[in-house]
Amino acid sequence: MNKLDETDLAIMRATQAGLPLTPEPYQRIAEQLGLTAEVIMTRMIAMQEQGIIRRIGAVPNHYKLGYRFNGMTVWNVPDEIIDELGQKIGQLEFVSHCYHRPRHLPEWPYNLFAMVHGKSQGDVDKQIQQIADLLGDYNQGCDVLYSTKILKKTGFRSRLG
Amino acid sequence: MDEIDRYIINTLQDGFPICDAPYQQVAVQLGLTERELIDRLQALLDNGTLTRFGPLYHAELMGGALTLAAVKAPPERFDEIVGIINAFPEVAHNYARNHALNMWFVIATETPEQIQHALTTIEQQAGLTVYNMVKIKEYFVGLKLEA
Repeated sequence: MNKLDETDLAIMRATQAGLPLTPEPYQRIAEQLGLTAEVIMTRMIAMQEQGIIRRIGAVPNHYKLGYRFNGMTVWNVPDEIIDELGQKIGQLEFVSHCYHRPRHLPEWPYNLFAMVHGKSQGDVDKQIQQIADLLGDYNQGCDVLYSTKILKKTGFRSRLG
Repeated sequence: MDEIDRYIINTLQDGFPICDAPYQQVAVQLGLTERELIDRLQALLDNGTLTRFGPLYHAELMGGALTLAAVKAPPERFDEIVGIINAFPEVAHNYARNHALNMWFVIATETPEQIQHALTTIEQQAGLTVYNMVKIKEYFVGLKLEA
């Protein structure tokens, strides 16, 4: 990956809160930064190709769309095969995040995390069963943690760059 | 939220063009005018249906650091622990969860060293073990929620 320079970081800072809701948003960013829209668009296309911009788009509030059941499913699977399993689980259409994270034995034996989202407990139960079926005998234990309260939620805005 | 809003939300979760007049381009696809699309997006942001509209950056690739951590907050000290943890500007999200590890939070900093520093400081101030669930490998991030 190419190293980010000051221009990339300036674009990131200018767009972290969102894209301007004006007919020519990239031109608007360019004006803010004293650059041309051409430069902004070229840089953003490059950052998207490199995966630095995961995507440009709309992020809905889960709850407002009726997805009130958001479970953090955690699984204990053998380390030797976790990458293969993680790739499979990550491809399920209802999984939003899938990671390998460390165990903290003895109280935390789980190393595979997958966030699932549903409109009912029944939806989520089916999703969990689908993951369990996929893991088969490699599933050596699991748990599901539901968020009971949002204690804090902010952007990453001021922390980066 | 009506059918048009749902259509906008579903379409714009897939991505947004980088070109001179992207709203115009998307509006044509949706059978709307540019003005209607922009006004509806503004309304969806204002009423909280959308939390964001714009580029989503990969924090670690930007040079920043992130981790997920958890603590077992004793019920009688729960509010106090919330106060301690939320006071850190590095703590971006914090959720109560139904488990012995009952508080899960995300720390975002500019460097990995700052993550460790924040974790250690939280341990000291809270007097609790902080379980660092640092990402070893990412398999997938992203989701389309049907509106």
